[in-house]
Amino acid sequence: MKVLSASHINKYFYEPEKFQVLKNISFEVKKGEFLSLVGKSGCGKSTLLYILSTMDTDYEGTLEMNGEKLTGKSQDQLAAFRNEHLGFVFQFHFLLPEFTVLQNVMLPALKLGRYSAKEVEERAIQKLKLVDMDSHALKQSSKLSGGQQQRVAIARALINDPTIIMGDEPTGNLDKKNSEVVFNIFKQIAHENHQTIITVTHDPDFAKGSDRIIEMSDGQIIKS
Amino acid sequence: MNIRISLQIAKTHLLTKKKQTLIAMLGVTFGIAMFIVMISFIKGVNKFLEDSALDATPHVRIYKEITSNHPSLIEEANPKAFNVIHHQLPKNELANIKNGLQIVANIEKDPAVLGVSPQIGSQVFFNKGPIPVAGQIAGVDILKEDKLYSIKRRVKSGNMEALLSNPNGILMGKILARNLNVNVGDKLTITTPTGSLKLVKVVGIYGFGIQTVDGVRCYANMSMVQEILQKDKSYVTDIHIKMKDSQAAIDYAKVLANQYGYETQDWAEANSAFMTGDKIRNAMVIIVSITLLVVAGFGIYNIMNMNVINKMKDIAILKATGFGGKDIVAVFLIQSIIIGVLGAFLGLFIGFSLSYLLSITPFDAGDFLDVKTFPVIFNIKYYIMGLAFGVVTTILAGYMPARKASKIDPVAILRG
Repeated sequence: MKVLSASHINKYFYEPEKFQVLKNISFEVKKGEFLSLVGKSGCGKSTLLYILSTMDTDYEGTLEMNGEKLTGKSQDQLAAFRNEHLGFVFQFHFLLPEFTVLQNVMLPALKLGRYSAKEVEERAIQKLKLVDMDSHALKQSSKLSGGQQQRVAIARALINDPTIIMGDEPTGNLDKKNSEVVFNIFKQIAHENHQTIITVTHDPDFAKGSDRIIEMSDGQIIKS
Repeated sequence: MNIRISLQIAKTHLLTKKKQTLIAMLGVTFGIAMFIVMISFIKGVNKFLEDSALDATPHVRIYKEITSNHPSLIEEANPKAFNVIHHQLPKNELANIKNGLQIVANIEKDPAVLGVSPQIGSQVFFNKGPIPVAGQIAGVDILKEDKLYSIKRRVKSGNMEALLSNPNGILMGKILARNLNVNVGDKLTITTPTGSLKLVKVVGIYGFGIQTVDGVRCYANMSMVQEILQKDKSYVTDIHIKMKDSQAAIDYAKVLANQYGYETQDWAEANSAFMTGDKIRNAMVIIVSITLLVVAGFGIYNIMNMNVINKMKDIAILKATGFGGKDIVAVFLIQSIIIGVLGAFLGLFIGFSLSYLLSITPFDAGDFLDVKTFPVIFNIKYYIMGLAFGVVTTILAGYMPARKASKIDPVAILRG
C-alpha cells in the first residue's frame, strides 16, 4: 500500500540565476518503509525532502500522501495536514527552548486536539519512554545534551501517530553512540508500528541499515 | 485555531524571559507615564492661565459708548445737504445706562444667566501722602459681584461682608494696597475726576492674581460711588453678566445689544489677545502629545519587533509541527496585549503619581500669578487616551511583525 507518491516534480532556484534543482522526479513510498535519501551535497535531496514535507510549495508536479492530493492546498490546510499526518526530526534538533521536554512533545497533540490535555500528557510520557527520555520530562529542553534533544524531537514527531516521519540528517549532528540509538528507534517505529520513515542522510551506515535507498545526483534519481 | 494553546505558548514565552518582558513593559510604561505627566501639566497651565484671565472678565458686559461719532444737529436738520463739520466733539451726555437696574432685573430672570451685577465705574486718585495714585473704583452690590467673581474667596485680609456694614468702606487690590502701603483698617482719601473728595476706609484686600486688576481696582458700595460722582440712585454705567455656559455668552451678547440698544462685549472679544495665545498653546499641546505618543509608539514597535525576530526559529518549528499562520499571529498578539495592558496600566499609575507630586510641589510665581504649587489637571480623559493609545499601539506593534512572521517560509529557517 502506497502512502506517498510524487510525480514529475520539478523545482527551480531563481537566485542568483535560474537553476533547475530537481528534474522530473517521480517515486512512490510504501507503508512501513524505512527509506533513506542519499547523494552528494547539492544534489537536491534536502530540497526534495522539504517539498515532500509540504513546507516548500514552490514546485511543479504533484504530490499525494495518504491518498490526498497536497499540491495546490493553502498554507493553513497544509499546516493542519502536517499536524495530523507528518512528523519531523531535524538535524539541529530544534526544540522550543522555553518549554519543558514534556511540553515540547505535547504541543503538536494539543494543537491537533484529538485527545484531552490529560490523555495527551499520558501519551507524551509513553513516547518519551519509547526514546528513553521519560526521566527528563520536566526539564527545560535547553538544558539537555544534543543526543537527548534529538530523542525528544523524535518523541515529538511521534506524538500524533503520523503516517510518515521525515528526518533531515537526524544523526548528522550526533556522535556514533547517539546515532545508533536514533537509528534503532527509527527501525523499531517502521517495523513495529508500520509508520513510514523518510530520511535524508550522509551517514553510509545509517543508509545501509534502512529498507530502501534512493540515491540522487544532479537533481535526478539515479538509483532507487 | 486553538486559543488556549496559543495562550499557553504566549504565557510560557513571557514567563521564561521575565527580564525581556519587563523591559518591553517598561517601554510602554514610560511612554504612557510621560504622556500623562506632560499633558496634565500643560493642560493644567493652560487651564490656570485661562481661569485667571477669564475669571476677572464678565461673560457679557453692557456699557454705553461715548464717542464723537454721532449725527450732528445740522445733519439732522438738513439731511439732504452736503454738510461739512470740522472737529466734532463728543456730546455732553451721561455715561449711564438708562433704566440700568430694570435691565438687570430682567436679565436675572433668564435661566441661562448665572448672575448679573450692575456697576458704576469711575477713574479716581488715591491720596495717601503727597502723590496721588491713579486707579479705578467700581461701585457694586458686593453680594451680586461675589456671585460673578467669587470675591469672598479672593479676599486676602479683612473681610468682604464688612463692606455691607460700612458705607464708606472699600475693598482694595493687593498690589495697589502695597504701593500705597495701606492695610485693613487704614483710611485714605479718594479724588474723583469731577473734583470731589471722600475719606474712605480699607475694609479688605483682595487678589485676583492679575496685575491689571490687583494694581488699580477698588470695590465700593454703589451708593457711595453714586454720591461722590453726584449722581442719582439709578445711575449705573456697566452691567456685568456671567452665564452658566460661557460659550452661549457670545450669542447672548448680540441678543442683549439688539434688545436694549447698548454696546455689549463678550469675553472672547474682551480677551482676544489672550484667546490667540490660548489657540497657540492648545496647538502646542497637540504637537507635544503627538510627539510623545509617536516616540513611545516607535519604542513599543521596536521592542515587539525584536521579540518576534528573536523567536523566528520557534515560529518555524511551530509551523513545521502543524501550527497555522493564525496560531502564530495569536501567540504574539496575546503577548502584545498582555505587555500593552500591563505596561499601560503601570504607566497610568506612574503618570498619576508623578503628576500628583508635581501638583504639590511649591512654586512661587510672585505677584504676577496667584499660584502656590504647579498647576496640574487631573482629567480622566487623558488617562483613557493614554490607556487606549498604549494598548492599541502595542497590539499594532505586535501584530505587524507577527503577521510578517506567520508568512515566513519555515524551510529557510530550518535548513539553517
